[in-house]
Amino acid sequence: MNTNTMTRQKKKGKKRGSGLLVASPFLLPSLIGLLIFSLMPLIISGLISLTDWNGLDQLTKPGFFQEHFIGLENYKTILSTPEFWNTLGNTAEYIILYIPSMLAASLLVAYLLSRPRKGIGTFRVVYYIPVLTSWVAASLIWKSVLAPQYGAMNGILEFFGIQGPGWLLDEDWAMPAIVLVSVWKDMGFFGLILLSGIVGINKTYYEAAEIDGANGWTRFVKITLPLLTPSLFYVVVVAMINSFQLFPQVMIMTGGGPNKATEVMVERIYQYGFRYYRMGYAAAFSWLLFVIIMAFTAIQMKGQKRWVHYDD
Amino acid sequence: MKKTKLFSLIALVLAMLMVFAACTPKTDDGKETSNDGTTTGQNTEGQTEGTTGEPVTITYCNFNASGGNEETLAKMVEAFEAEHPNIKVDVETIGFDDYFTQMQTRVAGGTAPDCYELNIENFAAYANKGLLEEITGVDVSGLNETTLSAFNVDGKQYGLPESFSNVVLVYNKDLFDQAGVAYPTDDWTQDDLQAAAEKIRALGDDIYGIWQPITYNEFFKVVAQYGGSLLNEDKTAFTINSPENLKAAQVLVDRVLVSNVQPNAVQQGGMGDWDMFMSGRLGMIPTGIWAFQTFTEGCDFAWDIVVEPGSTQKATHFFSNCVVMNPETQHPEEVATWLAWLASSTTSADIRLEAGWDLPALKDLNALSSYLEVTPPDNREAVFESLDYLVMPPVIEDYALMSDIIGQKLAAAAEGSITVQEALDQAQAECEAQIKLG
Amino acid sequence: MTTKKRVGTVFFYGVAILLAVIALIPFLWMISTSFKSRGALMSIPIEWIPENPTWDAYIKVFSKFPFAKTIANSLFISVSYTAITLLSAAMAAFAFAKLRFTGSRVIFGGYLATMMIPTQVTMIPLFVIMTKLGLKDTYASVIMPSIFRPFAIFLLVQQMRTIPEDLLAAARIDGAGVFQVFRKIALPLCIPSLATLSITTFMESWNDYLWPLLMLGDKDKMTLPIALSTLNGQYATEYNVLMAGSLISMVPIIVIYIIAQRQFKSGMMAGGIKG
Repeated sequence: MNTNTMTRQKKKGKKRGSGLLVASPFLLPSLIGLLIFSLMPLIISGLISLTDWNGLDQLTKPGFFQEHFIGLENYKTILSTPEFWNTLGNTAEYIILYIPSMLAASLLVAYLLSRPRKGIGTFRVVYYIPVLTSWVAASLIWKSVLAPQYGAMNGILEFFGIQGPGWLLDEDWAMPAIVLVSVWKDMGFFGLILLSGIVGINKTYYEAAEIDGANGWTRFVKITLPLLTPSLFYVVVVAMINSFQLFPQVMIMTGGGPNKATEVMVERIYQYGFRYYRMGYAAAFSWLLFVIIMAFTAIQMKGQKRWVHYDD
Repeated sequence: MKKTKLFSLIALVLAMLMVFAACTPKTDDGKETSNDGTTTGQNTEGQTEGTTGEPVTITYCNFNASGGNEETLAKMVEAFEAEHPNIKVDVETIGFDDYFTQMQTRVAGGTAPDCYELNIENFAAYANKGLLEEITGVDVSGLNETTLSAFNVDGKQYGLPESFSNVVLVYNKDLFDQAGVAYPTDDWTQDDLQAAAEKIRALGDDIYGIWQPITYNEFFKVVAQYGGSLLNEDKTAFTINSPENLKAAQVLVDRVLVSNVQPNAVQQGGMGDWDMFMSGRLGMIPTGIWAFQTFTEGCDFAWDIVVEPGSTQKATHFFSNCVVMNPETQHPEEVATWLAWLASSTTSADIRLEAGWDLPALKDLNALSSYLEVTPPDNREAVFESLDYLVMPPVIEDYALMSDIIGQKLAAAAEGSITVQEALDQAQAECEAQIKLG
Repeated sequence: MTTKKRVGTVFFYGVAILLAVIALIPFLWMISTSFKSRGALMSIPIEWIPENPTWDAYIKVFSKFPFAKTIANSLFISVSYTAITLLSAAMAAFAFAKLRFTGSRVIFGGYLATMMIPTQVTMIPLFVIMTKLGLKDTYASVIMPSIFRPFAIFLLVQQMRTIPEDLLAAARIDGAGVFQVFRKIALPLCIPSLATLSITTFMESWNDYLWPLLMLGDKDKMTLPIALSTLNGQYATEYNVLMAGSLISMVPIIVIYIIAQRQFKSGMMAGGIKG
């Protein structure tokens, strides 16, 4: 980064103490929301994770907690089952496949949409349509596209002389198939976020580059990408969190199968909490998930200094 | 310029919201009728006082009317309210997929409706946790005993079977003719079925004898046909890997892996089972009677039904939803009256049948005579004959967990990745480890 | 040069159109399904053009529930939800990105942490809290969660951090208070992100299903997804009606999207302000 470091010294001019007073009116609404909608439920669910609550008995009955308290039993059980490690492995597989392909696809979308070409407005709408399509509709169609024998996908592969796999029915291919559908669904969403990052880039940088005679690709790599890193960082962090919370597509398309190959954490949490009536166990499961995501995000936050450039 | 507009819009909406938030909690009582004639309006979580003269309003939550029968249910409510002017029923219909999630949340949050619907899988969980009120003081003698007993726990009737469907063997007459096999009869056994399936399979590469999904639901029924069961008599131990069960599971799996009269997942190619039947590629399919309408519209060949074949004995499947009462209701008598009327009155049965919804769980089959008049299938009596062989699902508190464990193991066996013996042994071990019985 | 340009154009449109086709396939299938009669829904190979197209599904959707009322409810909720999210998130983001105060990092970290909570488990506790607050069956119960949307705050923080500090400093020297700096400089410079955010927030609120279902038992307050969900039955789902309903419910979001898109152009101009 070149042009934007000259304003650093201005920071030091401010007094630390008065900062909170100035900032508090800006923070107040969201802090209230944080308290009611996140912190309180989170603490309650933490308490629930220490109980054998079935998810049906009334939470607010007096003596509820004493009656159901079982200590760390749920955590011990979860960590001792192969199921937990299997779901963790599946999630890891999803993340490894999903993040790079999603980034590539949404960068492509953002790049295409940022070009001043004719008809780009139409493409902007079209690329966003998968995001707007409901998972129910999307998974129905993808299930038939990915059907091994009659599906369009294997039909196309056959045209190139490739014998297509069983996709959702095949233990090894079910997760890649889910990744494929997720990338299709998400590329418009993340593409749009990257696009608004691109659009927000100060034009003077490009003007300077144009004078230097840089072509489109060089400009993209040398200016757009570095200035896009805050947006990219957002996309990676959010996509990572979403990956850990992968749920609807699995639920609708494979239900965790075949042979547990697509069982993931939130799917398990849902099953334990709402189908097997073991809400205490589910709560413990989600606290473990919470801790894992926190750890990953913390690492990303620390790591961002290496590659994210802010303009201040 | 744009930003000021945006800003004032936000401020406006904010102000609107405050007004709304301030006045909405007070709009408790206001009886309204929406344009389709259903009674709607207040959600009375026990705040209606049962003062004499004023009708009592009870809330009823269900999923069964979703997917096309809201009007039918509304008609029933109308008829009920005409007969019982002192009771008003406030209906809420919710789609099946998330019904149980939301019901659980409401029950746990202490805001469950006065009465609601449950399916057989979830009934046991609710009943065993003391969340349901025994339904007493109403006449339920008209209801089919097997289904009634499915919702009876320790002698207490916690639920009334309100709708009912069973499973019969549907077959493609044209394929039987082509293969030169006689049509199935009531005396058929699994061996006859196998023989016929093989002949039909021989008709073509793309034609299969039968489709009987190797799932938990099919399994507990076929097991019963071979004299086995998943639990011992008093439901204190699992008997999943018993010799009878093993034999039953082997028959099902061999149809896919050995004789291949049933397509495997790849051969099925993602096509739905009903679609395979309707495309004329399946000789036989045991399926629910709710398929009749779709098959009538979708099949361009002749088809009929017959009671499912057994082995050492006959056993047939049923699905039933029940209606239950919330112990915290302020109006137990009115709720019981409504539930009993809904489940067993001839009026509700007539409305139900006329709409072609599922069957009422009545003992007296004469009330259902109108049902027999519609063809195809010609042999509609088989629907009722099957009732003689109904097998009870092994209802335990952890029903969903048990069915998932067994279902997963069976799927692995059907795929050939483990043997049938291994599948049942593993299922037995996992169920024992994860589920406490009795 | 010109041939090079032409190759570039062909290449551009080739890629763009290919991507568009992939994006559109399921959408086209939804349209096709919505015109099918009940019998012919899931045939393989896919029947792209219905043999006997009918309006039945659309007629059914409109006759099934009080459509106008349902849409009005959904619109009211989603518009309020979006507006509050934008305002509250922009304010918080401004504080984190451009004001310096003690605890800033810790509080921001706490905000981000809440993104990681799976909703499945906080749902019942939150339901109990809202019921205790007496908010069940009020619009407020579904709108109020919008005041705290960590995803939105995070997005705007990322955007606001790219605003050059000397722009703000210049304004302050001109005598602008901190609120004016926020309104006159920070907000306008975030318009592209605010536009993106308004679409995604609106969409989320518009499609949200389980929470409104839990909070709004009253039929008069029913939203569109709740109404559509009743098309999903135990044994069968009327896919043609479901698709017709889903298509209709997509219309408002597409309209909002097209409107919000225009903001990109003004965003480009705002981005062109020289520091």
